Amino acid sequence: MEFLRGLSKDISGCGLSGVIHRKGELIPGEIIIKSICCQEERGNGLGAGFAAYGIYPDLADYYALHVMADHRKALEDVEELLAHRTYITHEEPIPTRRTPGIEDPPLFKRYFVKPKYEGEARELCADTEDEDDYMVSLVMEINTKIDGAYVISSGKNMGAFKGVGFPHQIAEFFRIEEYKAYIWTAHNRFPTNTPGWWGGAHPFTILDWSIVHNGEISSYGTNRRYLEMFGYHCTLLTDTEVVAYLLDLLIRRHRLPVEVACLALAPPFWEEIDRMPEEERELCTAVRAVYGGAMLNGPFAILFAYNGGLVGLNDRVKLRPLVAAEKGDLVYMASEEAAIRAICPDPDRVWAPKAGEPVIVELEPGVIPNQRSYLRGQGKRTEASVCRYPG
Amino acid sequence: MGEKKTTKKKKVPQWASFFPDFIIERDPEKCINCRICVKECSYGAHIWNAKKKELSEDHTKCVGCHRCEAMCPTRAIVIRRNPSEFREHAVWTPWFIKNVYKQADQGGVLLTSTGCAVPFRNYFDHLVLDACQVTNPPIDPLREPMELRTYLGPKPDALEVEIKDGRFRLKEPLPRQIKLEVPIMFAAMSYGAISLHVHQGLARAARDLGTLYNTGEGGLHASLYEYGSNTIVQCASGRFGLHVDYLNAGVAIEIKIGQGAKPGIGGHLPGEKVTEEISKTRMIPVGADAISPAPHHDIYSIEDLRGLIFALKEATEYKKLVFVKIAAVHNVAAIASGIVRAGADVVVIDGLKGGTGAAPTMFRDYIGIPIELAVAAVDQRLREEGIRNRASLVASGGIRSSADVIKLIALGADAVYIGTPALIACGCTMCQHCFTGKCPWGIATNNPELIKRLPPEVAYEKIYNLVHGWAHEMKEMLGAMGLNSIESLRANRDKLRAVGLTETEMKILGVKHAGE
Repeated sequence: MEFLRGLSKDISGCGLSGVIHRKGELIPGEIIIKSICCQEERGNGLGAGFAAYGIYPDLADYYALHVMADHRKALEDVEELLAHRTYITHEEPIPTRRTPGIEDPPLFKRYFVKPKYEGEARELCADTEDEDDYMVSLVMEINTKIDGAYVISSGKNMGAFKGVGFPHQIAEFFRIEEYKAYIWTAHNRFPTNTPGWWGGAHPFTILDWSIVHNGEISSYGTNRRYLEMFGYHCTLLTDTEVVAYLLDLLIRRHRLPVEVACLALAPPFWEEIDRMPEEERELCTAVRAVYGGAMLNGPFAILFAYNGGLVGLNDRVKLRPLVAAEKGDLVYMASEEAAIRAICPDPDRVWAPKAGEPVIVELEPGVIPNQRSYLRGQGKRTEASVCRYPG
Repeated sequence: MGEKKTTKKKKVPQWASFFPDFIIERDPEKCINCRICVKECSYGAHIWNAKKKELSEDHTKCVGCHRCEAMCPTRAIVIRRNPSEFREHAVWTPWFIKNVYKQADQGGVLLTSTGCAVPFRNYFDHLVLDACQVTNPPIDPLREPMELRTYLGPKPDALEVEIKDGRFRLKEPLPRQIKLEVPIMFAAMSYGAISLHVHQGLARAARDLGTLYNTGEGGLHASLYEYGSNTIVQCASGRFGLHVDYLNAGVAIEIKIGQGAKPGIGGHLPGEKVTEEISKTRMIPVGADAISPAPHHDIYSIEDLRGLIFALKEATEYKKLVFVKIAAVHNVAAIASGIVRAGADVVVIDGLKGGTGAAPTMFRDYIGIPIELAVAAVDQRLREEGIRNRASLVASGGIRSSADVIKLIALGADAVYIGTPALIACGCTMCQHCFTGKCPWGIATNNPELIKRLPPEVAYEKIYNLVHGWAHEMKEMLGAMGLNSIESLRANRDKLRAVGLTETEMKILGVKHAGE
C-alpha cells in the first residue's frame, strides 16, 4: 500500500563508537575497527557500518555518492539519471573483498559528481548553497523512484560503508583498514526485526551528515510526518533516517546553531524551563513550541558527524549509554568506556555526558577543505563538552 | 404548503401518549409517601393525590432522567424501559414509529439534545494503541516527568536565533500563543443552555487545571470576567452579548460557523429560558426567543470570514487569538485549509457525535462526518499544503474517555474540546431533554429552583476531578508508549492500529491494520 510507505520502522539496540582529531590529522581505519569490535556483544551480526571523513582529498569538491544496488539494472538506472542531472567526474566500484560469512552482497559503486543545472538556473545556482538542496532532492529521487537502488552516502570528501554482518566482517569486506579519516564513526547493530537488508544498517546519511544510533525513536511517526512537510521522505524503513534529515533541516536549512538544534532534538523539561531566566525561557519555549515535531522521544544515544565536527547526544532521560573521553587533540565517544580504552588506554579525561546534554567537538578552523562549522557559542569552539547554553 | 384545516373541538387522540418510553416502578412496601419524588420531578411524572393521600405516576411524562430514583430515600423507585413491545420489525423500530406519532400529533420538528445517537461506526472503538516491550523502556509518570503542556497558536516554520552577550536569544518573539497545561478544553456551552453554576464550575476548573473554557454564544456573565485568562469568548451568528469588553475579556475569540450536532443551522434558546440574568448577559428582552441565524449574515464566503477574523483582531488590538469553529462536513479538509489561509490562529473541528442543548433530531443524527476521519483528513491536508504550522487544530465531538483524547491527538489534533463528559461529570444522565429547560439535575436549566440542585462548588469539583483523572491516564498511556511529552504523540499515527476497518478507512486515517 503506497500510502503506508515509510510507516514501518525498525527497532534495534546497538553499539557505537566515534573518534575525531581536532587538528584534522588522519586516523587510520584499524583504530575504529578495534574500538567497535570490542563491543561485539552489542550486535547480533545483522548490521554494521562505518562513516569516514577526509577519505577523498583529491575529489573533495565533488559530492561522493555511494550507491548500493540490488542488481545491475538499478545501477544502470542510477547512472542514466546521474548523466542527466549531474556532471560525473569520476566513477568506480567501491573496493570490496570476498569475506567469509558475507554472502550475496549487493553491488556498490561510487560516483563523484556536481549538480548540472538547466538553463538560467545554472548562473543562479551553480556553486551556491543551493547545490546542497539539489543533491538532497536528487538523493530522494533515487531512493524513492529507482527500484533496488539506494544512495548510502552523498557528502563531499566522506563516505559511508555498511552492510549485514558483524563489524569485523563489514570492515574486512569494505577494506576499511585502507582508509584514513579525521573523523570516524562506527556502528554495531542488534536489530529485532527487518534482518538482512543492507540498506537498514547504520550509518544513515544525507549530504555530509552521518548518524549512528543506538535506540528506538518512539516519536518516529511524528518526526516522519514533520519532515514530510519540508520535502524529506523516509524510505529506508528505519527510525534513524529521520535523525539525519532533522539535522539537515534544522542546522543547514534553518541555520540553527548546532547547540540549539540539539536543544530541539532533546529539549529540557518544562519544569526546568519554567525555572530559567526570562530570555532563556522564551528561547526554550519557542524551540519546544515550534520544533515539537522534531523532538526525538524514546531512548537513544546518537553520534552524528559532518565535515568539521562530531556530536554525541543522549535522549532527555538518558536511557542509553554514552561515554566520552579526550586525549590531546583526539576526542572519543562510545557506548562503553571499554571501547574507548581499547584504543586509548590512558585518556586525559573520561566522562558520561548528561541526559540531553550534547558533546560537540569541531575541528579547529581552516584545517580541511569545505569545512563546515555550526557551533555558535562563543569561547567554546573547541571545548569538548558544551552545556545546553554556552557561557 | 397549504394551511391545515382543523375540525372543530372534537378531541383528537395523541398517539404518542399511549406508549411511554419509560415506566416508573414504585415499591409500595418501601415507599413512605415522603413526596420527595414529586418535588424532584420537574416534568410532573410523580403525582400526589392530597385527598386520597396517595402517590401515582404519569409514565408519559417520564424522560428517564433517574432523578427520582436517585433521590428516593428508601430506594423505592426504579425507572425501566417500558417493556410493552410493538411487533418486531427490522425497519420500523419503535423509535421511528413513535417519532411518526409525535409528528402526527403535533406537526412540528422533532427536537432532541446531546450528540448523534445513531450507531454509525465509532472509529475510536476500532483503534488500538501501542506500548513498549523490551526494545524500549516504558516510562513511569509517577517517577519521571511526563509532559502534557501544549501551546496553541500560529507557529513559524523556523526560528531565528542570535547571540547576545554570549547567549542564544530569539531574534523575533514568537507570535502570541496560549499555554494549556492539559490539552483538554471545555467546549462552547452557552449560559442559557446550561446554568450559571455550571459555567462557574467550568471557569474555576479551567483556571485550576491550566486550560480554557468557552462561553458559548450566550455572552459572559458579569461574575465570570475574573476568569478571563482561562476564557474563550464566542462570536456566533446571533452576536448575543457581544461588545468590546466581552471580546477583550478572554484570551481568544471563537467564531462559531457551525457545530457538529447541527451543521448548517444556528443555536436556538427558547424564550422560556430567557430569564432576567440571561437577558442582561445576552442583551435581549426577557422572554424573547434567542434564535441565531443559520449563516453569519456578514459571512457569505471565505473572504468574508477573513474580514471578520481581522475585524475581531483589530477590535482587540491583535492581543487575542482567533479560533474558527466548523462542523465536520464532507469537504472539511478543503474548508479548514481555507480557514487557515483566511488568518485563523486555531481551527476547531466539531464532529458528527458532538453534543448540543437543542437540535432537530434529523440534524443531530444524520448531518456531518465523524471527528476521527475529519481530523485525519484535515491534518493531512494542511501538511500537504505546508500550512499545518500556521494554525493549531482542535478536535471535538464524541470524546468519552482519555483514550479517545489520546487517539485524536495521535491522528493530528493539537488539543480537544469536551462538552458532554463535563456535564456527565456534573451528574447528567443523558436523558437527552436539555431542550425542555427542565433539567432535574440542575445542569441544562435556568429555573431558579432547579439550579440550586447543582451548586458551583460541586460542578467545579466534579469537572476538575474528571480532567485530573484523564490527564493522569493520558500520562500513563504516553509513558507506556515510551513517550514523555505529548508533542511526540501528535500526528504520530504509528502509535495507532486499526481493528476491523476497511482499506479506505485506514487510508483516510493513515493507520495500518493490527498485525501489520
